[in-house]
Amino acid sequence: MMQGSANDTKERRIMTPTLRIENLQVTYALAGGTLAAVRDVTLAVASRECLGIVGESGSGKTQIFMAAMGLLAKNAQASGSVRFDGREILGLAPKILNRIRGSELTMIFQDPMSSLTPHLKIGVQLAEVLVSHRDLSWGAARRAALQVLERVRVPEPQRRLQQYPHELSGGMRQRVMIGMSLLCAPKLVIADEPTSALDVTVQAQIVDLLRALRLELEMAIVLISHDLGVVAGLADRIVVMYAGRVVENARASELLRRARHPYTALLLKCVPNMADARLDRMPCVPGQAPSPAVSERGCAFAPRCPRATEYCKAERPPLRDVHDSAQVACHYPLFP
Amino acid sequence: MSGDLWRAAGRSLRTHPGAIIAFCFIVALVAMALIGPWFSPNDFETLDWSHVATEPGMAHSHWLGTDRLGRDLFVRTLEGARHSLAVGLVASAVSLSFGLSYGAVAGYVGGRTDHMMMRIIEILSGLPLIFFVIFLTVIFGRSEYLLFLSIGAVGWLTMARIVRGQTLSVRQQEFIEAAVASGASTARIIFKHVVPNVIGPVIVYATLTVPQIILFESFLSFLGLGIQEPHASLGTLIAEGAGEMEAAPWILLVPGVFLAVLLLSLNIFGDGLRDAFDAKER
Repeated sequence: MMQGSANDTKERRIMTPTLRIENLQVTYALAGGTLAAVRDVTLAVASRECLGIVGESGSGKTQIFMAAMGLLAKNAQASGSVRFDGREILGLAPKILNRIRGSELTMIFQDPMSSLTPHLKIGVQLAEVLVSHRDLSWGAARRAALQVLERVRVPEPQRRLQQYPHELSGGMRQRVMIGMSLLCAPKLVIADEPTSALDVTVQAQIVDLLRALRLELEMAIVLISHDLGVVAGLADRIVVMYAGRVVENARASELLRRARHPYTALLLKCVPNMADARLDRMPCVPGQAPSPAVSERGCAFAPRCPRATEYCKAERPPLRDVHDSAQVACHYPLFP
Repeated sequence: MSGDLWRAAGRSLRTHPGAIIAFCFIVALVAMALIGPWFSPNDFETLDWSHVATEPGMAHSHWLGTDRLGRDLFVRTLEGARHSLAVGLVASAVSLSFGLSYGAVAGYVGGRTDHMMMRIIEILSGLPLIFFVIFLTVIFGRSEYLLFLSIGAVGWLTMARIVRGQTLSVRQQEFIEAAVASGASTARIIFKHVVPNVIGPVIVYATLTVPQIILFESFLSFLGLGIQEPHASLGTLIAEGAGEMEAAPWILLVPGVFLAVLLLSLNIFGDGLRDAFDAKER
């Protein structure tokens, strides 16, 4: 290969986002009609970036990545484009997709107890990934499994390899899951509510672990969470989802200081601060998110928005680029 | 299933006195069938003209009597038991593995494949098996292989249905989704992640299939479609004995009692096994 083109390829690799999602729509076909879980989402994860996705239950944040991983239920339809490292993976045949997922593109699920196969030893489950993807022998795979357990700071890793999932604590199980996702040096790890099923103290440990791993390994992370606190600790960039659409997309430092979308601002106010004076009532965002079954008219957040006007209720605000490499979907953002 | 579940089931089984006794009987009967003939000076086909249709007794060497042709019943019954057990176990194993694979694939893959696979089972269930066996015997003549085939055909249908049902519920669980997300192939997921989880009811049903199969084999042999002379199975011996019921009842009773005790023990043990696994599930 010529020197020139080698440099071009390298540059292109840095410029190509690890994950690029364009106009993704996910609809479910139900007995009563269709349900739009994800309505037209466009976002990108740059190489080695940590992208936080925040939203209420039902905002569609998990469904986006279920579609990307090919894990949608049989009655779900996904349209649009999902490019992983430049390759289109939406709608890819499972056999081909199986080569990518679990190795270059991995996922950590919310509840590690139900995500680990109960009747297989930890060592077997870890080694299995390497045997399928890297064609290693079981012996070599087990040694690699031991190494990865050390990497995720599991104490007594040799002993743990011989144990079953129910013999480990919740935090340790999640570390095992994280380890499993790292085995093949993935380019992107999707962490779906990795701390939601854990105690607060364990949550902090897992967040610390993820932070440390980000520095050690060259991988991008997508962190899906309804907990802004967890996301704030890790993300470079935050995407806020509401009713199946992106309402704000900005660098984390920007968003946390100066939220542009009223929904984001309210979410930030909901996170109680130890330094604040004692509150009589917990701040919350009043009302409920619209059901995915209801068709849209105007801005989906208008019913709950303190700044909403008649225009907001009539016209849906498109996602616009604003300066500072941010995007917001609002007719009257809090900041330009 | 984890080692823990087996150990817990074992513990539960040990407290079930009926199952333990049944298990001991099974072991005893199998042991007798295997090594019993060594103790007797007779073999299963020699005709002893001086002792035709003799009653059981300790005076002569024929402890359990002889049949109409002077063949020793003790050895013949045990020989018959060996055949019946062999056929029972092999046919059970074949129908178990085939039914297991068929049901697991149908349940996991789902959709139209599952639909078609289940329709096939329903059609086969509807066929009158005896006619089918007679038909095959007419075409292919009597042979041991035909016997195994037709008997194997008995057990796998219900096994497939049971496994499919279990697979449908296991398939929904999150660790299956996690396994799919980690890029495991469908075959690997079915056989390493799904099947071990459904094996509880399968084992129980298998234990209850063995007596069913032995009975079916006895029935076939009784009709003359199975084991050929001079070999015997419990079925052929019972058929012979039925003809001599009035004059020499022991010819019927010896193999009959053996078969009855064997089947009863297998059924009681199977029941105990099912209770043991059930208790843990709860």
